[in-house]
Amino acid sequence: MSVHRLNQGGCIDRKQPLQFDFDGRSYSGFQGDTLASALLGAGVRLTARSFKYHRPRGIVSSGVEEPSSYVHLRKGRESGSEPVTRVELVDGLSARSVRGWPSASFDVAAAVQFLSPLIPASFYYKTFMWPGWRLYEPAIRNMAGLAPAPIDVATDDCFEARDRHCDVLVIGGGPAGLSAALVAARAGLDVLVVDQEPMVGGALLARNLHIESAPASHWLDTVVAELTGFSRVEVLTGTVAWAHREHNLVMLAENKRSPGVSMQRIWRVRAQQVVLATGANERLLVFANNDRPGIMLASAIQAYAIRYAVRAGRRAVLFTTNDSVYQCARDLHDVGIETAAIIDVRDTVPPVVQALVPGVKVMAAHEVYNTNGGREISGVLVRPVKGGPTTRIGCDLLGLSGGWNPAIQLWSQARLPTRYCRRLATLVPEGTSSKVAVAGACNGRMALREVISDGLQAGLEAARRCGQEPDAMSCPECESDSYTIEPYWHSGNDLRADKAFVDLLHDVTLRDIHLAISEGFAEIEHVKRYTTAGMALDQGRTGNLNVAGAVAMRRDMEVAAIGTTTFRPPTVPVRFGGLGQFDGLKILPYRTTPVTPWHRNHNAVMYEAGARWRRPGYYPQAGESMQGCINREARAVRNGLGIYDGAPLGTFEIQGRDASRFLDLVYTNVFSTLHTGQGRYGLMLTDDGLILDDGVSFCLGRNRFLMSTSTANAGLVRRHMKRLLAVDYPELEVRITDVTSVWMNATLCGPLARSALERIGTDIDISPEAFPFMGIRHGIVAGFEARVARVSFTGELSFEINVRARHLAELWEHIFEVCREFDITPIGSETSHVLRVEKGFLSLGHEVDGTVDAFDLGMGWAMASGKPDFIGKRAVSIRRSGGRCRRELVGLWTEDPARVDIEGAPLVESRDSKRSVGHVTASVWSVVQERAIALALLENGRQRHDEVILIRDGSGLLKSRVTAPCFHDPKGKLLRS
Amino acid sequence: MLVINCPFCGPRDEREFDYGGLAKAPRSKVERVASNSEWTAYLLHPGDQGRIADEYWWHARGCGEWVRVRRDTTTHRIEQSEVESDR
Repeated sequence: MSVHRLNQGGCIDRKQPLQFDFDGRSYSGFQGDTLASALLGAGVRLTARSFKYHRPRGIVSSGVEEPSSYVHLRKGRESGSEPVTRVELVDGLSARSVRGWPSASFDVAAAVQFLSPLIPASFYYKTFMWPGWRLYEPAIRNMAGLAPAPIDVATDDCFEARDRHCDVLVIGGGPAGLSAALVAARAGLDVLVVDQEPMVGGALLARNLHIESAPASHWLDTVVAELTGFSRVEVLTGTVAWAHREHNLVMLAENKRSPGVSMQRIWRVRAQQVVLATGANERLLVFANNDRPGIMLASAIQAYAIRYAVRAGRRAVLFTTNDSVYQCARDLHDVGIETAAIIDVRDTVPPVVQALVPGVKVMAAHEVYNTNGGREISGVLVRPVKGGPTTRIGCDLLGLSGGWNPAIQLWSQARLPTRYCRRLATLVPEGTSSKVAVAGACNGRMALREVISDGLQAGLEAARRCGQEPDAMSCPECESDSYTIEPYWHSGNDLRADKAFVDLLHDVTLRDIHLAISEGFAEIEHVKRYTTAGMALDQGRTGNLNVAGAVAMRRDMEVAAIGTTTFRPPTVPVRFGGLGQFDGLKILPYRTTPVTPWHRNHNAVMYEAGARWRRPGYYPQAGESMQGCINREARAVRNGLGIYDGAPLGTFEIQGRDASRFLDLVYTNVFSTLHTGQGRYGLMLTDDGLILDDGVSFCLGRNRFLMSTSTANAGLVRRHMKRLLAVDYPELEVRITDVTSVWMNATLCGPLARSALERIGTDIDISPEAFPFMGIRHGIVAGFEARVARVSFTGELSFEINVRARHLAELWEHIFEVCREFDITPIGSETSHVLRVEKGFLSLGHEVDGTVDAFDLGMGWAMASGKPDFIGKRAVSIRRSGGRCRRELVGLWTEDPARVDIEGAPLVESRDSKRSVGHVTASVWSVVQERAIALALLENGRQRHDEVILIRDGSGLLKSRVTAPCFHDPKGKLLRS
Repeated sequence: MLVINCPFCGPRDEREFDYGGLAKAPRSKVERVASNSEWTAYLLHPGDQGRIADEYWWHARGCGEWVRVRRDTTTHRIEQSEVESDR
């Protein structure tokens, strides 16, 4: 075993050694290690290169606050920048330091640090402005060594998303969180406890603490055992809460790793009560060369020793502003790390903490102002805070404790206030919320007894707010620990030559902060953006307050007056894989028609038809090209018999005393004159005069109508009509029922449609005289109750046979059985598009694009001028009164009869004209014309029939003759036949 | 993500709703008396959202009814949600 690894203690399993490689070299660690502890345990100290200057760096922390060492995971685990401290070790793990090439240890770009005087804050903004940042970005990105995007997209990791509700969500499984959870659990509530570490315990795992005169782990085991005994309590480890959003919605990322399986699951948890017990993070101290490998947070050295049984060095110096390092020194002594000296900036050290470290040299009122070393630290330079003789102390480890910052990220995201607490020299949560409680170190309680009792209190409060009256629990006896601190932001030496880092991860120095202030970016939010301090992946957990302190000192202000920057989600990097699981399919699954299995069996290529409907696009036969298939289907309709699955068509029944009045309001044309059994094509506008939808509505009887809408817009139409009735015309007595999924249709189309319907069998008189175009009849078709409508989107004789949804598949099979002799051909939406272009029927999304009105489309006849009002009427007339030139619907004959790939191409007047005068809206191969045809919107198009216009096609031009937008049966004889 | 209390269905996640903009005077009351410029303004200007906003939400993935919601936009507290015709 490595000399760095202790033979006993820690939460690692020495019986399970794990192999891994880092920057191409192989190492081993143990089950329970993080990548960080395994590297330190293997004696690897130089693990990173810094962001801008490529300075050698090591591991600084033991948790999410890591400001230094980030890795890129490989070999099926493709993942970008992950802090080494949060990568659980698994066998075969392969990691590469994010910065430094070919490795962090031997970094070619390290030479850049000798250019560092040339790279001040905002250097990039100032230097790479011209001619454009985008030209420089790739090279700079590479140099800065942001993790590359995974090349092999197929990661072996799996991702999942879940929704969850609970009574009490406790975030943080340390002493405060577990205490709160226990109270709530005993009250019978549904409790969810989450902790970002693979095991609960929080700070209890990382220090030698005592509760009830026994090691804290005993208390921990008892509490966890009781908690897991409750059926309504769930404990999620390895789970970080990364966002607190409106109405107590908390986003979690759960990471589960076991050999062969790696998973991230994103949770959306809606909690009645949230208890934040997120603890506190230690902050760094700022002095020259405070970033060498071997310089760590004091608490991290302690955590590696106690939790991971790793000696991060042999001889430590601890530099502090507060009491917490004394206990740390005691713990280090127990594992055999010598503490050479404790440098304490305070004039007097409380005797009670000094008593914890008998025999250790304590230098009060002193500061570390610089360090020596190359690839790692070799010594510190110390002097009195107020100036005086300097001393050098040799060491291979420097532990820093600038004080403790409550982890208020989520509190702040919940838009709850914080204040600067002078006594603790940090920001603490302030005020109360009826939904969010805060407990423990996160609430500024630094002594263990206070932490537990605060947790119990928070649990009690949360349970009460959930309507329970739990029994109060007494706080266990804990070893007394104290916490006092003196505010101290950076050492006082001249920092002109040496770098004193306030933000390690973005390489922001104290000098950069001063530069920002002197250049006028003095407010804290400006300082942040100008220097990027606190904007890195660690969100500046170890440095932000030092930035505020440095600004306060420079500007001679109180830290409390500096304010704080905004905390934003996510609090830790979250992988896109997990977020991607929340796609619309979870709440809006695809809709299919009852005939879908038949379509699939007949080789249909399924398309998304809007509104999440899936329907056939075309039905290719063996050896048939797509165009060949569409031509075959289209010819069948024009010459024989086609059938079309119209089930997705939006249909609504509109009933009530004012139903016809309502239709007159929502449609541009008149519906109140319809007789029973009669229908009419209608245009529906929004109130700003744009076309919302078109479709046919039928009168089914007195005060009763059946409206059909396009498939894609059915939801919008419903929304529009419901809103008019709820908000604008509440006095209208109208009820709208969505019957899209109640009545579904199969549409027979083609010259043989009537003969086919006779063969299928119906009691309806389908002669042209008894059942004219735009009629609807109720009767029996093939034994099923049916509503048959004579509408046509193809231009041919058509019967739309609507039956109950449950009968459609059977009807469909029956039709195919009895219509074999008509050579019945199923047609998909591709063909239906061709047929409607031949007829010049408009299509939403093609001709109707949010700029055209009915007049532009040649449908002025539908704008009933006799009606005093309809939705959109006034806006159209206001818009047209401007007299500006409009783009109108025309047909195009392209000079090259084979070109069908010009949809969307702009129209121009001449070769040199840059101005577009329109565009092609649809372009298809016409089976009736045996050539390509197109529809287009063209300025003043209706006056320009027979003129030549140019289609800009990439670099070339395509001549085209303007014509009327109808290429088949312009009089409509066939569809009325 | 808000929780909106639908008067018909009870408290529901925002994902079930479509936002319908700030509440304004009903069309039927405005159209008859507005000048052209007033009408244009009515159609195009969404109105100023104060701290307390009255807004419409459509329970699209639920009962399909329109709900009027009074919301504190600084805290997201929903003070009231009701059906327009019940006002």
